Amino acid sequence: MNFSPTLVVPELFQFMLVMALFIQSLGNRDWEPHVEKWLPLFAGLGFFVSIVSFKASGVMFYGVYKLDMLSQFFKIAIAAGFFVAVLNATRQPTLAGEKRSDYYMFLALSAWGLMLLSSATELFTIYLALELSSYSLYTLIPLRATDKRAAEAGIKYILFGAVATALALYGLSYVLAAQHTTYIAELAGKSWAWADSPMAVIGLSLFLAGMFYKLALFPFHFWCPDVYQGASNETAAFVATLPKLGAVVVLVRLATLLKPGLEITTTLAWLGAISMTFGNFCALAQRDVKRILGFSSVAHAGYVMLGLVAGTAQGLAAAAFYSLAYVIMNLLAFWVVSRVASDGRNLMLDDLNGLYKRAPALAFSLGVGAFALVGLPPTVGFIGKFFLITAAWDHGYNWLVITLAVNSAFAIYYYLSLVRHAYTEETVLEGSAAPDTSVFSVVGAGLLAAVVLVLGLIPSPVFEFAIAAGEGLLK
Amino acid sequence: MDYGYPVLSSLVVFPLLAAAGLFIIRGETVVRGYTLAASIFEIILAIPLANYTFNADFQFVERISWVSRWGLEYHLAVDGISILMIWLTLFTLPLCVLCSWTYISKRIKEFHFCLLFMTAACVGVFTAMDLVLFYVFWEAMLIPMYLLIAVWGGDDRKYASIKFFLYTLAGSTLLLVAIVAFRIEGGTFSIPALMQQTFSFRFQFWCFLAMALAFAIKVPMFPFHTWLPAAHVQAPSAGSVILAAILLKMGTYGFLRFCLPLTPAASEYFAPMMIAISIASILYGGAVALGQSDIKKLIAYSSVGHMGFVTLGIFLFNQRGVEGALFQMLNHGIVTGGLFMMIGTVYERSHSRDIGKNLGLGKYMPAFMFFWGLYSLASFGFPGTNGFVGEALVFIGAFQHSLLVGFLIVPGALLAAAYMFRVGLKLAWGEPSSAKSWRDLRSREWIYLLIPAVLVFYIGLAPGVFLKMIDPSIEKLLADYHSRKQVAQVQTEQPMQTAARELMNGIVEAKN
Repeated sequence: MNFSPTLVVPELFQFMLVMALFIQSLGNRDWEPHVEKWLPLFAGLGFFVSIVSFKASGVMFYGVYKLDMLSQFFKIAIAAGFFVAVLNATRQPTLAGEKRSDYYMFLALSAWGLMLLSSATELFTIYLALELSSYSLYTLIPLRATDKRAAEAGIKYILFGAVATALALYGLSYVLAAQHTTYIAELAGKSWAWADSPMAVIGLSLFLAGMFYKLALFPFHFWCPDVYQGASNETAAFVATLPKLGAVVVLVRLATLLKPGLEITTTLAWLGAISMTFGNFCALAQRDVKRILGFSSVAHAGYVMLGLVAGTAQGLAAAAFYSLAYVIMNLLAFWVVSRVASDGRNLMLDDLNGLYKRAPALAFSLGVGAFALVGLPPTVGFIGKFFLITAAWDHGYNWLVITLAVNSAFAIYYYLSLVRHAYTEETVLEGSAAPDTSVFSVVGAGLLAAVVLVLGLIPSPVFEFAIAAGEGLLK
Repeated sequence: MDYGYPVLSSLVVFPLLAAAGLFIIRGETVVRGYTLAASIFEIILAIPLANYTFNADFQFVERISWVSRWGLEYHLAVDGISILMIWLTLFTLPLCVLCSWTYISKRIKEFHFCLLFMTAACVGVFTAMDLVLFYVFWEAMLIPMYLLIAVWGGDDRKYASIKFFLYTLAGSTLLLVAIVAFRIEGGTFSIPALMQQTFSFRFQFWCFLAMALAFAIKVPMFPFHTWLPAAHVQAPSAGSVILAAILLKMGTYGFLRFCLPLTPAASEYFAPMMIAISIASILYGGAVALGQSDIKKLIAYSSVGHMGFVTLGIFLFNQRGVEGALFQMLNHGIVTGGLFMMIGTVYERSHSRDIGKNLGLGKYMPAFMFFWGLYSLASFGFPGTNGFVGEALVFIGAFQHSLLVGFLIVPGALLAAAYMFRVGLKLAWGEPSSAKSWRDLRSREWIYLLIPAVLVFYIGLAPGVFLKMIDPSIEKLLADYHSRKQVAQVQTEQPMQTAARELMNGIVEAKN
């Protein structure tokens, strides 16, 4: 079975966290759980651990579990995202006191599942890891006290998730039947042209549907805005970011099967194009900030497709880099949303009015986040988009690049309205949420904004890592 | 040459550092004084640029690898096409601070932050020698400009600022695609390196269109100009000054820096269209300006006309035309910038930009009227002023190009005189309603109106210095353009010629 614990330190560390949280959640209900006091520290330590073990490489469990640059890249990203999401969730006004340990346990469990997902190189393993990360989210989403929409969001997420899972499993059986293997490395050697094996192509398409569901790619995006809206701000911050990383890592692995010009690749490109256009147009009409971010993530899922269909190491690296960029930008946006809505309400655009006066640091960070999501320099959003289009140009999908460019122009309007409300609307409406301007809130926003800017100006180190991961895959 | 510090980088970085420094100081006057000092220090930092040698080389080159994997470089340099624009940018900043001294009364720190950030981005645009770096600066400048209009603008500022942002960003997204296409086709992002290459006509065709859209919106050329009057009217004085003096120049600079050298054959192909649009801009801008009752709107529309002269000059592809274009870029910056500052001056007194509410200033504000008259003369190209030199050069170029083009733009020059006289007459000799109580220019206003006025005469009477500075670069640009245009044409003609030869051979063989 060639299991070597030294190679999977980040996963083991995360698992220990889950266990610790599990034990705490079993404790006497009268016992006041101080989970917020120790968990952020350990989540930060987890990030550190994942960085230290970035060089781990090897294959385990009969080849279904692989440690390579790609998996380590995503593990670092997931650990970092988990750290920020935990920090963000430590002040959660809409979570009942006795459920706090359980809440964090499921959060950690989902992150653990995503870590496993990033190393899974066999379809069944991918499926299991995906389910592990999803089931925890089914529990997390309805955990919002006194809000009926949370239950609705939870049900929506479960129902859509169940359908996507069923499709994926069904597709898996087709792939297995047609290609006689479920190992990605072996599948990469097979033909994925419609003419050669239609059943395998259908199977893979259905399997991909499961990933598209996580990624909220059209037409599997319906849950996204509703769930963001229904879940608490802090939960939405997690759901909107980390599961996307999980989906992207699997898609990057599966993209080694996709060569430009194949029917399935072209389908992906079309889904990407529709997704970005549809997401952006729907976002234009929204007033609820979380719904805006929800539709924006539908659009961003479309952008990532550019890297996947390019069929080169650069393309895969660009997709990986962009998903990381997306997670950071979104964590920043959600951090601000959570802190501005300090009472846990759903933030409307009008609630942002005059934010520059009430909380200048949060307003500035929101501006950085919004401009990064648009893709304006000098942010990581720009450089990520730039890598994507450079990778995709001249590989048969120039039209998709132009679609992305045109879409960026559409997207401006709604991202700009975030900045516009924060900076130019002077009249603060009565009953607007009072933003949390504590040191914790300001420093967190400032650090995330700094990361967005610094990674935009100096992307090289991270991008080299992503490139190494991409080249490793195509070797 | 070593100046002890990287000159161009310091011009980009210093305003950013100064902007960051704003966060730690307090007090309205302190903030204003600090920004003014910073803007003067910025000019001091640029003193080594005076050692610019009058040849066509790229000078003050700074080159560092940025993202090596993708061949991105932090590459700055200046040549004759950019150096005047940099000086213009640097001198505009202190004037903007001065003309906002009493005009801007809220969120002063943020306002000056935007001004400094803007300056850094503008210098970056004019010095970047890497396509992506250029794009970074080009886009980064949108944010402070958006805020300048949206926060400190007039009543309709939200509409104007969003329109400005949407228009300019929509234009430049395709520019990014063209940039990537250049990299794939030419193997580098370096502008000097790409200038050495010849691309196929088909490739040039699409890249030209993508780039020209971005630049035409920025200039703005008719019919992409609709954001400009709205933005100008709503922006505060300093915003209008920057918009007119620097931002519009970026579009024409883009044509000179990218379209002509990188896509010469396509530029040649599209030249008739560009010339036609330029003429339309000149006539349309002038005609609409004539009908305005809002002074600011009038000057905004006059900008459309003036910038039409610039684009016309560029697409004539002769020495006089391009010289005139580059000259007009500088002149328009000085003169229109001056006029916008004057409008701010009068607005502070009357709180109206309506011509009818600012009548009869001649009697009570003679100094003001003197400057207004001076800038008006320069604006429509009166001999002795800088406007004359630029416009005359474009006229010469136009007549060299074709008699028809020359004659078509004559009404444009007349229209400019007509609308400037119309507004000047009313301001000077109209029946005053409330002007009596207004104070004539204060010393601060004297300073910021006198500096451009000196330049108006200096450039107007001694244009030689400036021509010497820009001429070698223009000569090289045009020589490169004409030689490479032909190379590209030969390349595109080859398949046709081969086909023709084969056909002829076939006919000859058939006869035998």
